[in-house]
Amino acid sequence: MMIIGMGVVTFIPRMLPFIMFRGKELPPFLQGVLKNVPYATLGALIFPAVLYIQEDIWYGVIGALAAFAVAFLGANVIVVVMGSIAVLSAYSLFF
Amino acid sequence: MSMNQGTEFKKGLQAGISIAIGYVPIALTFGLLAKTTGLSIGETVMMSMIVFAGASQYMSLSLIALGTGILEIILTTFIVNIRHFLMAASLNEKVELDRVFNRIVYSFGITDETFSVAATQPGKLTTGYMFGLNLISYASWVMGSGIGFAIGAGLPETLQQSMSIALYAMFIGLLVPSMKQGVKVVFLAALAACFNTVFTMTEWLSTGWAIVAATLLSAVLVELVELIKKKGKVTGVE
Repeated sequence: MMIIGMGVVTFIPRMLPFIMFRGKELPPFLQGVLKNVPYATLGALIFPAVLYIQEDIWYGVIGALAAFAVAFLGANVIVVVMGSIAVLSAYSLFF
Repeated sequence: MSMNQGTEFKKGLQAGISIAIGYVPIALTFGLLAKTTGLSIGETVMMSMIVFAGASQYMSLSLIALGTGILEIILTTFIVNIRHFLMAASLNEKVELDRVFNRIVYSFGITDETFSVAATQPGKLTTGYMFGLNLISYASWVMGSGIGFAIGAGLPETLQQSMSIALYAMFIGLLVPSMKQGVKVVFLAALAACFNTVFTMTEWLSTGWAIVAATLLSAVLVELVELIKKKGKVTGVE
């Protein structure tokens, strides 16, 4: 009962825009804002939450910097993920 | 559906591999915590199947443990997940035209992670791609929850710790290539990160609302600045 309720209220916001804005041409300004949303979302999802993944704040800092470095070199996303996991495994071995 | 939906589906599955890597340890832990909270394995797997939203599922466990009422738990879930409205509206602009039924089906799979991967993909998104991406993410989440409950343990402590970076590393891996293409992306992400930090540190807003507010503010502000710059150029010519 509770689980179904949780499912319904989670599904509604996910599904509604696809029905509300179906085949509609939104005003250019709004289209521009919606195009910006992914990058703004990524910024907000990463920071500050990444600092709190472990009690040791350096954990998140080092992991994020490693990911940034690997990504900046042009690596594929999976390589970025594996790379930062590897760096943090090494870090937790030594500290 | 067109002939190439099969390859598009495979592309989606591939793009979802990093999500699955990130979901498995979190799902295992969720299964384990659900067990200690007193849920049955059926309830645990059903919650992952029906809700499919990590943060709110974790939150519901702590609320259940506190003896919170059903309505309050449902309301909290709604508030935490309302950010997906913004993401769905953004994706709606980017997906190819298709039957509304297909769109409603894949909209069920919109999470922070599937959205981030899909939205940073160049060009239009096909239905096949969306199904592939969501399926691998969904499967890893549901199976991980069940396995976590069944074996009653997560991954070894050190591995679990290092893997807690996985989804953030993925977000960074998705963001950086776009940042290289233009300073606008850098501003959008940095501004949203700043707003989000202020909102959460000052405890003005709960995490769910903070992400919505920070995203909207940053997206609107950057768009306004761009509009003003464009107008300036036009009047400059005149």
